[in-house]
Amino acid sequence: MLEIKEIFKTFNAGTVNEKQALRGVNLTLNEGDFCTVIGGNGAGKSTMLNAVAGVWTVDAGTISIGGTDVTRLPEYRRAAFIGRVFQDPMMGTAPTMQIVENLALAARRGQSRGLGWGITKAEKEQYQQMLQNLDLGLESRLTSKVGLLSGGQRQALTLLMASLKKPKLLLLDEHTAALDPKTAAKVLELSDRIVAENHLTTMMVTHNMKDAIAHGNRLIMLYDGRIVIDVSGEEKKKLTVPQLLELFGKVSGSDEADDKLLLS
Amino acid sequence: MLDFINALPGAISQGLVWGVMAIGVYITYKLLDIADLTVDGSFCTGGAIFVVLFSSGVNIWLAMLAAVALGMLAGMVTGLLHTFCGIPAILAGILTQLGLWSVNLAIMSMKANVSINVTSKESLDRLLVSLRFVQDVAKGNRPFWQHPIFVVGLFTAVIILLLYWFFGTELGCSLRATGSNANMARAQGINTDFTKVLGLMISNGLVALSGALLAQYQSYADINMGRGAIVIGLAAVIIGEVIFGKFFRNFGLCLLAVSVGAILYYIVIQAVLSMGLNSNYLKLLSATVVGLFLAVPYWRGKYVHVKVKPAHTEATAGGARNA
Repeated sequence: MLEIKEIFKTFNAGTVNEKQALRGVNLTLNEGDFCTVIGGNGAGKSTMLNAVAGVWTVDAGTISIGGTDVTRLPEYRRAAFIGRVFQDPMMGTAPTMQIVENLALAARRGQSRGLGWGITKAEKEQYQQMLQNLDLGLESRLTSKVGLLSGGQRQALTLLMASLKKPKLLLLDEHTAALDPKTAAKVLELSDRIVAENHLTTMMVTHNMKDAIAHGNRLIMLYDGRIVIDVSGEEKKKLTVPQLLELFGKVSGSDEADDKLLLS
Repeated sequence: MLDFINALPGAISQGLVWGVMAIGVYITYKLLDIADLTVDGSFCTGGAIFVVLFSSGVNIWLAMLAAVALGMLAGMVTGLLHTFCGIPAILAGILTQLGLWSVNLAIMSMKANVSINVTSKESLDRLLVSLRFVQDVAKGNRPFWQHPIFVVGLFTAVIILLLYWFFGTELGCSLRATGSNANMARAQGINTDFTKVLGLMISNGLVALSGALLAQYQSYADINMGRGAIVIGLAAVIIGEVIFGKFFRNFGLCLLAVSVGAILYYIVIQAVLSMGLNSNYLKLLSATVVGLFLAVPYWRGKYVHVKVKPAHTEATAGGARNA
């Protein structure tokens, strides 16, 4: 479903701030794969996700989604294939617009937008039902501005929006990092549910090793702009945090105590 | 005082004319979150092209349409400077505004002002709105529906209805989403460059129409007629928001509030003039008032701490549910 071949990305090339964020990443996800992504700060996790989403174009390499080469497509064109939830709860929704308007925008992801109504009556009823299933008390606040919602509610809404029009690929970029532990657990549970119900091919970046092991069927670790660990299937199910740390120590050398701490 | 009351219909008419421009400013400033300085130039462009075309015998509706089209073109230039050339929106607007000064002069054959001949009744009768109609209606020489308040009021109503419809469509919603959160808009497949250009075009089209209406109303266009227009537009937007923001939630009503804001602005200006203020100080007054109104919300957020009761009703219930 997703095929990343030898992508490279350098920020601020030729300056003192030069940063080689991606140094030849290769990754293929099959349809229905739920892949968790871990790595220390600056390892290239978010950079890889942004490269796929098309926030900027990569320096070299190709990216294709569902057989379509998207390497040169701008962000808004790639949106036809991709649902996204961001780390910052502010980023995924339009705060000055109503809850149902946000959903209606998401329902038209990747379609050309003309002079038809931005939201229909039938849609509103449909969304009310969906929000009821979400069980966050939002079904009675359909016309509230999203800016009034809490971070957890926004992330849940963004998740719903990302899956409203079934994406070929769902990108979750540390989408629970800004939430308190209880809310984070609930949003993670909801993510699992939505991914399972829609059989979505998913990439989830996380800082939490336990979460990375507990969710999905595949786990990759990035280090210094490369994928250094890739486990899946039975091997991943049996994985424990100490094992993962040990694996990481092997591939990164012994002087990486800082990153180890960050990950645990 | 009597002076002031006698001048009221004129002030309201003028406020309505500027209200059309203020609605254009509302679209960029409030919906797209861009302070677009193009308007100082495109307002005059609308007035100039209208007077030149109308004086040469072009149909009045075509002349106004031409004003709208040129205004939209000016908006497109600013939009492309901003999106395609990556220039910050404010600077892009300033560049277009500066360039338009020469363009406006060229439209008026390098004269600082051009006027419409209103000495004969025939040429006056061809106009839709005119300062002279205010007195004519008062004296009973013209039917009431030719009063500028009525005519421009009708214009405003049609414009508000059209915009209300447009911003409810898929395209209109994508424009609002762009202003609300461009990141989110792109993630939903919206070409935010396109929507920004489109918004600037619609806005400046309205601004130029307003310029055409004002030129018609005062029967001349002047190279300086748009100077400070953005400040008047912002004043109208802010006055409307301060007075009606609490009750008007509906988008159409918000636009109406902007128009009423412009009227109030001109009534206040008229009142100040009646009190004997030298009209050359008006721009300083406008700038001060708008500056204050823009600063107050900031100060309020920074220095005033509203005491919040410990929330135990809805807030905690919602919080518990989210948790």
